[in-house]
Amino acid sequence: MTTLQIVFLIIAAITLVSACLVVMTRKIMHAALWLVLSLMGVAMVYATLQSGFYAVVQVLVYIGAISTLIIFAVMMTRNVMEDVGPQSNRGWGLALVGSLILFAGTSAILLTWDKAQTVLQEIPAVNGENIQMLGLALVDPMGFLIPFEVASVLLLAALVAAIFLTADIKRSRS
Amino acid sequence: MLSNWLYIGIFMVVSLFLPAAAIFIAGLLAPKKPNAIKNATYECGMETVGDSWIQFKAQYYVFALVFLVFDIETVFLFPWAVAYNQMTLFGVLEAIVFILILLGALIYAWRKGALEWH
Repeated sequence: MTTLQIVFLIIAAITLVSACLVVMTRKIMHAALWLVLSLMGVAMVYATLQSGFYAVVQVLVYIGAISTLIIFAVMMTRNVMEDVGPQSNRGWGLALVGSLILFAGTSAILLTWDKAQTVLQEIPAVNGENIQMLGLALVDPMGFLIPFEVASVLLLAALVAAIFLTADIKRSRS
Repeated sequence: MLSNWLYIGIFMVVSLFLPAAAIFIAGLLAPKKPNAIKNATYECGMETVGDSWIQFKAQYYVFALVFLVFDIETVFLFPWAVAYNQMTLFGVLEAIVFILILLGALIYAWRKGALEWH
């Protein structure tokens, strides 16, 4: 086993354990904090895959902004630290069977599919060059120009909607 | 390339280890003589009234959302800025359109008073 594989196993363990704790912990605030660790694990997986830009984006957007957003949303709810309702309901057996079937099916397909057996190859990219290529592709009419501009409109719509909704909360309170 | 990440990994391990070691050794060596005043909770010298896990204002959420929108704008503009030297005028204009649309979002947030604390 190479060093990279050992590092990957550690990262995968951290990610999976914290992801399980997100749904298993009883306090919703703790769930939000475990989610941060889980997202950090995903960022480390990106780093081991040599895609530094995505690792940085993961930290910047998901840990820096979206986790903050989730934590603020949790802080807006009542009884942040006191919610001790039951963690499972009567459908848990059915859910277990369903997810086991899904897991078995996915594994069976991935193990028999010949494309999944291909040996991964190192990406021959000079440091920094792939980010430049991404930047050029973003404003290239043959590349991602339309998604790039649509993204800005989407962000505009999200911001307007969020401000409209919270203005509504304020109006109903006063 | 990967060894650069190794340095960050080592840094993370050390930065987790140092405070953990400091707290553990302090807990091991410090004399424990608790009394009521030492065990009192305080925030900046003020006694807290009631529970500190209260329901926070929705305003925090708006600030986080405005931050999120401009954070994503940064992520989109970063690869564009890295490739700026090889950019055509068309590419620069496209990025200016992108910034102007989000400037509209900023002006909307500003006009609606979302940036002010109520």
